[in-house]
Amino acid sequence: MALNFPKTGQIHVRKVWTQSRREVAAFYLLISPWLLGFLVFVLGPMLASLVLSFTQWDILTPPQWIGLGNYVKMMQDPLFWQSLKVSMLYAVMAVPLGLIVSLGMAVLLNQNVRGLRLFRTLFYLPSVVSGVAVMILWLYIFNPDIGLLNSFLGDFGIKGPAWVFSPRWALPSMVIMSLWGAGGGMLIWLAGLKGIPEYLYEAAKIDGASSRQRFRYVTLPMLSPTIFFNLITGMIGALQAFSQAYVMTNGGPLNATLFLNLYLFNNAFVDFNMGYASALAWVLFLIILLMSLLVIRSSSMWVYYEGERK
Amino acid sequence: MAVVTQQMTRSRRPKPVSIGRLSWKLVVYLLLIAGSIVFIFPFIWMLSTALKPDWQVSQWPIQWIPHPFEWSNFTKALTVLPFGGWAVNSIIITFSTEIGTLLSCTVVAYGFARFRAPGKNTLFIVLLATMMLPGTVTLIPTFFLFRELGWINTFLPLIVPSFFGNAFFIFLLRQFFMTMPLELEQAARVDGLGTLGILVRIMVPLALPALATVFVFQFNGAWNDFMGPLIYLNKESLYTLAVGINYFKSENNVEWNYLMAASVVFMLPSLLLFFFGQRYYVESITLTGVKG
Repeated sequence: MALNFPKTGQIHVRKVWTQSRREVAAFYLLISPWLLGFLVFVLGPMLASLVLSFTQWDILTPPQWIGLGNYVKMMQDPLFWQSLKVSMLYAVMAVPLGLIVSLGMAVLLNQNVRGLRLFRTLFYLPSVVSGVAVMILWLYIFNPDIGLLNSFLGDFGIKGPAWVFSPRWALPSMVIMSLWGAGGGMLIWLAGLKGIPEYLYEAAKIDGASSRQRFRYVTLPMLSPTIFFNLITGMIGALQAFSQAYVMTNGGPLNATLFLNLYLFNNAFVDFNMGYASALAWVLFLIILLMSLLVIRSSSMWVYYEGERK
Repeated sequence: MAVVTQQMTRSRRPKPVSIGRLSWKLVVYLLLIAGSIVFIFPFIWMLSTALKPDWQVSQWPIQWIPHPFEWSNFTKALTVLPFGGWAVNSIIITFSTEIGTLLSCTVVAYGFARFRAPGKNTLFIVLLATMMLPGTVTLIPTFFLFRELGWINTFLPLIVPSFFGNAFFIFLLRQFFMTMPLELEQAARVDGLGTLGILVRIMVPLALPALATVFVFQFNGAWNDFMGPLIYLNKESLYTLAVGINYFKSENNVEWNYLMAASVVFMLPSLLLFFFGQRYYVESITLTGVKG
């Protein structure tokens, strides 16, 4: 009996050890599709495009190492600066406006109204459909001669602009189109609003806060994590805008909608400047990284997490 | 008793309906109705145009109700015009990626949710980081990889990557698996079920709402994908509906009624999925606070 005791202990230890080893094997086996995909479709191509960005490559002849040549060229390339300006302007207009519109919709829907489900569905519907069909539809709505928008403005005696055909209005037109799909963010706001405890409003009321003050000092701080989330994802999305410009304007008129991604695409698959396009891709990547870090860093100043102790 | 007294006190002192409160309600409803009109009108306009005979399309002022209703626009768009074939391509690609996505993401998410291993946390952070990566950084080398494999003008570059998981869906499913009680699996393991058996027989049936959400997001993603087919499919017969609609627009002297009919067909699956699936995915978006 006494002799048997350490033996079982030993067996027990070995069993645990093989089990955890088996667990490690199972983990890596299960995640192997993603790990393989990450290496082949993400990490590998990322490093390859970094290397390519230091070369000149027209596909026909082998890539030539030109060091920082592409980046130097970029600094002097007016079209690069134009495309950077367009992408930034678009993000700066579309993201905050989208946040405001979707928050407005969520606040309206949070007012204990009848027919909430119907209104919620109607507001959400445009964000369900996306892609080319929406852009074609809006191209038609923006048509200066037979489009819905100018016909509507005409009813009020206003002669509408040429929208996507006007250098001045083309980018704002795309912002308007993006606002039509703002309902996607609304659901997240609604979830955030529902999460604000009623007693905070009660307390504010007792302290004599007006409804505007309650919104400013209760709703907004409590929603700040949601603002934060929507701001980051919105910015990353907006800076990568491509197909609306490709489909609706092809970057025109006068490069007014030449998004960075469209300029990159044209360089890569129209002019076959693969090296320069790779450099553009890396610059876009760094810009997105930098802006995300900026938002994350600044978040401690304006995002309020309830469970957090200062 | 308590309920009754409460009701009584409430009925004894009816809440005064202030004019301010009433007018606020009115403003809310007006805004809601105005908003709904703005959001719905483009759809109505699209449907109305899709049903118009050619000569009515550019009629001014706008004729809202087509006369006569030209239902043949739809059949013509799908049979005489090439939209039917493009739709078939879209269906093949979309459903193939669904198989790949659901299989790979379930397996990987289960691994991240339940198994302990060195390096796991780092890998999980890497997974999350890839969600922020702009697609164009990997675009050019990936293009040449597929070109070397001879996959240009096949559906493979659009389908194969889905079998290697999608960071966002893996994250979503992992969050879901994490909320399930461990006891179920322990009991199943005692009963002699292996890891794969547990995943297939226990976890997947319980995760159906989350999988439905992934299905819908993936459907919309693949169905609407534009840049992928644009780069990899250069033959007209291989186009997807997304690329085809754009091609039709630029090739022809825009025939808006056919284009709108094709757009209605293009949007229909997403709309249907939304109406049948909204119970699942509106809830799960509201719960997890993520959007696709």
